Amino acid sequence: MTAPLLEIERINSFYGDSHILFDVSLNVGRNEVVALLGRNGAGKTTTLRTIMGVLAPRSGSIRLDGEPIQGRPPFEIARRGLQLVPEERAIFGQLTVEENLRLAALTAPSAWTLDRIYEFFPRLRERRRSGGRQLSGGEQQMLAIARALIRDARVILLDEPFEGLAPLIVRDLVRVSRELAEQGRTILVVEQNVTAALSFADRVYILNNGHVVWEGTPESLRADPALMKAHLGI
Amino acid sequence: MPSAPLLLSQAFNGLALGTLLALVSSGLTIILGTLGVLNFAHGALFMLGAYAMYVVATATGSYVLAVVVGAAFMLVVGVALERGLVRLFYARPHEDQILVTFGAGIVFTEVARAIFGGNALTVPTPSWGQGIVHLGFLFYPTYRLQLIGIIAALLFALYLVLYRTSIGLVVRAGIEDARMVGILGINVRRAFLGVFALGVVTAGVSGMLYAPIISVEPDMGSNFLVQAFVVIVIGGLGSFPGAVVGGLVAGEIIALTSAFNAAYSDVMLYAVMALLLVLRPQGLFGSEGRV
Ligand SMILES: Nc1ncnc2c1ncn2[C@@H]1O[C@H](COP(=O)(O)OP(=O)(O)OP(=O)(O)O)[C@@H](O)[C@H]1O
Ligand SMILES: [Mg+2]
Repeated sequence: MTAPLLEIERINSFYGDSHILFDVSLNVGRNEVVALLGRNGAGKTTTLRTIMGVLAPRSGSIRLDGEPIQGRPPFEIARRGLQLVPEERAIFGQLTVEENLRLAALTAPSAWTLDRIYEFFPRLRERRRSGGRQLSGGEQQMLAIARALIRDARVILLDEPFEGLAPLIVRDLVRVSRELAEQGRTILVVEQNVTAALSFADRVYILNNGHVVWEGTPESLRADPALMKAHLGI
Repeated sequence: MPSAPLLLSQAFNGLALGTLLALVSSGLTIILGTLGVLNFAHGALFMLGAYAMYVVATATGSYVLAVVVGAAFMLVVGVALERGLVRLFYARPHEDQILVTFGAGIVFTEVARAIFGGNALTVPTPSWGQGIVHLGFLFYPTYRLQLIGIIAALLFALYLVLYRTSIGLVVRAGIEDARMVGILGINVRRAFLGVFALGVVTAGVSGMLYAPIISVEPDMGSNFLVQAFVVIVIGGLGSFPGAVVGGLVAGEIIALTSAFNAAYSDVMLYAVMALLLVLRPQGLFGSEGRV
């Protein structure tokens, strides 16, 4: 068996003095879509930020394709093929859609062409000259995902991609996510919308108060209402 | 009431001062917007540029050579200042950044005083810039007129760099959200160095170009520093278009007020700034909520 593409082993992360992640371990295999679920404040965003290098773990290791990346700055981690799509989307509002994409592609070793991105997101082609701040929430989320795709990231970290969007748009984005999963993209997705996340995930971890409390398949999670209630409040 | 020719001539002076302020302020605002550092050494760097001009122009007699060598010198100063000092303060509170850049400015000023003395020095106008041009109803010094064109060209070049190159893309994105720029694989620290050096060169080149029409002395930068602050507040902190428009507005306010009473020109500038802050706190081109 080959090693997982992304291996997180017993990381502990802090904001100042407050201990947020406790010995968190999780793996994402090549071409696998893994969902990281948990209540508000469970530490999901903190986990993704730690993987991306925005926050350095105080202990533990993170390996990408066998190479340790913990403690490296985000730009180096991005150049190795990891890409965070942050919860707040962080679109550059003063740049156009196309400039957002070109910026993202600047340091990618094998960037997609703009055309390929626009085939994937026809809506972004229509909006390519619009400023980032003029986009709707759904368009911003598409652009945020597109910035990861144009870099041809080996692992995409999606933080609540469906948050705050209208149901119709969520449906669109779920379809996009499934398409990415079928293409064999490696994704670690954090979501509050459990149904949506389970519809394209291969495997699930549940985080509670900074501890990984459960690991399994979407089927076994769906089959266990008590578990869902206990940790996800559904 | 001042005469029409005087007003017209002051309007031209305002344009000349305004383009210069636009150039000085754009360096200041790019550094502030991208790095979050208010560079209190900016005026002293303007002064260093003027002295560099003095040294090279008197030694070689060539204006163009002086500008080129001076710009290279300012580039070295900018890189050294960022690497050796300013970068240590990115994560520190604004007060610390202000203190350290203010201190660096004092050091530059006093070094210039130690080397060149406190007396005002003059830089000769280049041979192609001597004389006076007759503009129909107005006589105007040739070099001042040329300066408007030269600075406009430099501002346009700066515009091209910011809006038509990858470097500019990184700078504009960095002004909004430097952390996200890093997450997208860009070495923000290196970009910061480039931005800081660009800002320093801009300040220095402004001093060089202005040297032939102002007396070169150690404290010459402080006035420009204050005016540049006002310009970037008027234009919107961190905004390049804001610095350009704000510079032109400030230049005209100062020059036209001087036509009535020179003592009130700075007061009028502050009054306009205060009024604008009440009506539009983010400045002409600033976005709300940006720090
Ligand atoms: N910048 C910060 N400084 C201090 N504490 C923080 C910071 N960001 C988050 N926290 C705390 O860390 C804990 C985990 O937050 P995190 O954002 O990782 O949760 P989350 O699982 O992503 O929650 P949500 O579903 O609300 O996005 C929370 O208790 C939160 O209050
Ligand atoms: Mg979160």
